[in-house]
Parts: sequence; structure tokens; C-alpha cells
Amino acid sequence: MSQYMLAIYQPDGEPPPPSFLESVARDLHALNEEIKAAGGWVFSRALHAPSTATVVRLRDRQVVTTDGPYVESKEHIGGFWIVEAPDLDVALAWAAKAARATTLPIEVRPFQDVPEH
Amino acid sequence: MEPAHAADVERVFRAEHGRAVAILIRVFGDVDVAEEAVAEAFAAAVERWPRDGLPPSPVGWIITTARNRAIDRLRREASRADRHAQAALLHARDEPIHEGPVRDEPLRLIFTCCHPALGRAAQVALTLRLLGGLTTAEIARAFLVPEPTMAQRLVRAKGKIRDAKIPYRVPAAANLPERLQSVLAVVYLVFNEGYTATSGAALVRAELCGEAIRLGRRLAELMPDEPEVAGLLALMLLLESRRAARTTAAGELVPLADQDRSRWDQALAAEGRSIVRRCLRRNEPGVYQIQAAISAVHSDAPCAAATDWRQILELYDHLLTCDPGPVVALNRAVAVAEVEGPGPALALVDALDLGSYHLFHAVRADLLRRLGRGTDAVRAYESAIALTENAAEREFLSNRRRSLDG
Repeated sequence: MSQYMLAIYQPDGEPPPPSFLESVARDLHALNEEIKAAGGWVFSRALHAPSTATVVRLRDRQVVTTDGPYVESKEHIGGFWIVEAPDLDVALAWAAKAARATTLPIEVRPFQDVPEH
Repeated sequence: MEPAHAADVERVFRAEHGRAVAILIRVFGDVDVAEEAVAEAFAAAVERWPRDGLPPSPVGWIITTARNRAIDRLRREASRADRHAQAALLHARDEPIHEGPVRDEPLRLIFTCCHPALGRAAQVALTLRLLGGLTTAEIARAFLVPEPTMAQRLVRAKGKIRDAKIPYRVPAAANLPERLQSVLAVVYLVFNEGYTATSGAALVRAELCGEAIRLGRRLAELMPDEPEVAGLLALMLLLESRRAARTTAAGELVPLADQDRSRWDQALAAEGRSIVRRCLRRNEPGVYQIQAAISAVHSDAPCAAATDWRQILELYDHLLTCDPGPVVALNRAVAVAEVEGPGPALALVDALDLGSYHLFHAVRADLLRRLGRGTDAVRAYESAIALTENAAEREFLSNRRRSLDG
């Protein structure tokens, strides 16, 4: 089994109308149930808006804290799943359902294996 | 045992490289290990077969030798605590080796190479490398890409297959039509790359057509129930049958209407036409089958004047409903010009938004010329020439343009 991150790329700005969000939530709930039933569930949550992000970095060996997000963009990660799947096709099939439900692009990325110590 | 020559190794390599790699990938669960093992086995064959004779099952010999040598090498590496080697060895222990005709293996491999998670250029490179057995240098030459670029493209693609776990299997029925599209597109792209270009590497490029047809035949053998697979093979065979007549000895392009049809390869054309007839009987049309049918109508005509343009127009109407793009509409307009005259065809062409496509201007130029609008035709030829990168096509268009000066 491999682990994958399924990240939702969400445009910044005003959220869509509540009626739309309700139907998204319903579809995502069904998807989550499906992932759990398949034994693929690890974690999933939605994030607050990028305007709530804070960036901490090292500058001249001093830690500097600034208002985020880190990447200037019109779209940011709005939430993500971590799933366990036997191969990429299984992860892509879940991502396809997430894309259909949210109408947003989903990036699927494999996690590296945990190194042995 | 029969005596064997280097040519025998070459023949087995051409025919069986893909199958051997496919089987070894299943055995070791790793593309690199499989590739290297098969390369080693063929290197051993070059040395052994001329001396010991051709083995009864050459591909079986290759597979067994590749497997044994890979296991030896992996054991050495695994003892140095190479986790990668250990994993491949572990995989091999659990995988029985089939030496019989395992139809599924090459099919799995081509679906892996053409997986939609890989970019088109990577799909093409992997397919040629793993199924066709072309070297990285050969693929780089054929696509006019520096060899290190091609090598990196292959490394990255294989890395993605490994790290993202792109599965090694034939997709489920529900996904098959979509996934097959990608496979057919890759094979047709390989063919077209060989068919349209006439630059310095012309020889390598002609080999691409041969490779694409080999892949097409293989697919048709493996998926006899997919009419579009047959359609693509027929289309490639019919186009290939006209290769010799398509250019002059000096490398100039000869349009279909002016080709010496006695130079068409009748065997390839007949094979293509008979596949088209089988497709028509099945009546499950698709874009490749319809294009093959159009090509077959051209093939049926003993001279250009005898071409059944009405039938071609009907086929284009059909194609346009399956694939409603402007390029198909442009080709249809060419048929309209033959059936209804250049005036109605020009009206259709002018409505298309294809200003950056050289053939749009070339078709317009030809229609304008036939309508006696010389000045407009010259301008259209000049637009076409400016947008053409292919030297032979540019030469052809320039000649046409000059013929209007007189």
C-alpha cells in the first residue's frame, strides 16, 4: 500500500453560495464513506482561508514570522486527504470523484516511503 | 540446433523485446531492472547463439537468461543492503515465470507506458523504448531532441511509474475506452512523426512508421475486439502504402492527386482495405476507422480523376459528427471543393478559426487559385509558407506560389 495526498486547489476570494457548498459537502461525505469502506482512510480536513496563514522562516539565522501565505497565487490548497491505496489508479479514481464534487482541480502526490532506522 | 546469425538475434529483438521486458517487469516489479536484464540477455545471445545455435524457443531463452542474470546481480547488490535490490528480489521470489504465450504482458506494458498520468512526450518515449526496444539515442534523433534531454525524460517517467505506483495492468472495462484512446494516440503520433518529416534524419523517421505499424499489429493481435485498434492499423497501412510515391527522388513532396499510383505498395494497400471492409461489416465506427475508410477510397481509385469524392464527402460528414474539430472541417472542405466546386468550399474554409495552421492557408490558397483570384492566392500561399517548418512542404508551397507569378 502507498499513501497519497489529494490536495484541493481552491481559488481565493468569495466562497460559492451556501446551496452549492451544501451539495459539495454531501458529495464529499459520500466519497469519504467510500474511502473508509475501502480501508483507504488516513486523514482529511478543509483548511481556513489562505489569509489566515503565517509563514515562519530563517533569515540570517534569525527566525522571522510574517503574514502568509507563502506562495503568491490566485489559488491555494483549500484542504486535503491523505489516503492509502494499492496503486495510483485507485487514488486517481477517488480524486476524480473529489474533482466532480468540488468542481476544483485535485493534485495527487505520492508520499515517500518511511525510511527504516 | 539450427545455426544462428546476428540477424536472428536482431529479428528476435525486434519481435520480442517488448514481450520480454513486459514479463520481466512483472517478475521484478521494476522497469529498470527488467530493461537492464533484457539488454544483458540479448547481449549474451549475440555471443552465444552463433556459437551454440538458435535455441528452440528464442524468447524463452531470453526471458530465462534475463531473469537468472538479474537475480545474480540483485543478490550481489542486496548483500550490500541495497533496499531497492532486495525489494526486486523479494518480488521475483513470489512471481512464477511463464514462458508460454502470455498475451496479457505486452498489453499491460503498453497501458502503463501510455498512462494518462504521464505526459504525451513521456508516453511516446517510453513506448518506443520499452516496447519497441529503440535506444535512447535513436528516440532522441527521431524526435530531434538532444540525447540527454531524452534520457532525462525517460528517467523521470520511469521514476514516476515507480514512486507514484502507476499500476502495471490492463485497465478495467469501464476505463478501457478512455485509456485505449491514449494508447492509439501515442501509436499514431509515432507514425505521423515518421510520416510527415523529411529532415536530415529521414531514415530514422521512416523507421518510426515501421515501428508504429509493428505496434499497431501487436495491438490488433492483442485486442481483436476493439474496432478502433483495427481502424488505426488500417489507416497506417494505407498511408504507408503511398510512401514511395509521396516524394520525388529529390525529396520534394508530391500531392496525392499527382502521385504515380503504380508506385503505391499494393500489398500494404490491400491489407489496409481488407481491414477497412471488416470494420464496415462490424459497424461500430470511430475516428480511426472513418479516416482509414477515406484513405481506402483514395486507394481504390486507379487515377486521381477516378476518385469517388462523393463517398469521401459522406465519410467526412460522418467523421465531423464523431470529431467536430476545425481540422476535420478543413479536410471536409477539400472534399466539398471536389464535389460542389471551390466556391462553396472557400465559404466553409473562411468560416474556420485556424489562422495559425499552415494547411488552412494552403487549402485557401489552392481554392483561391482555382477561383482565378491570383493575388489573394499568392497572399494565402505566403501565409502558409511563413507557418510551415517542414522543408519539403515549404518547397512545395513555394513552387505553387511561383507558378502564379507567370
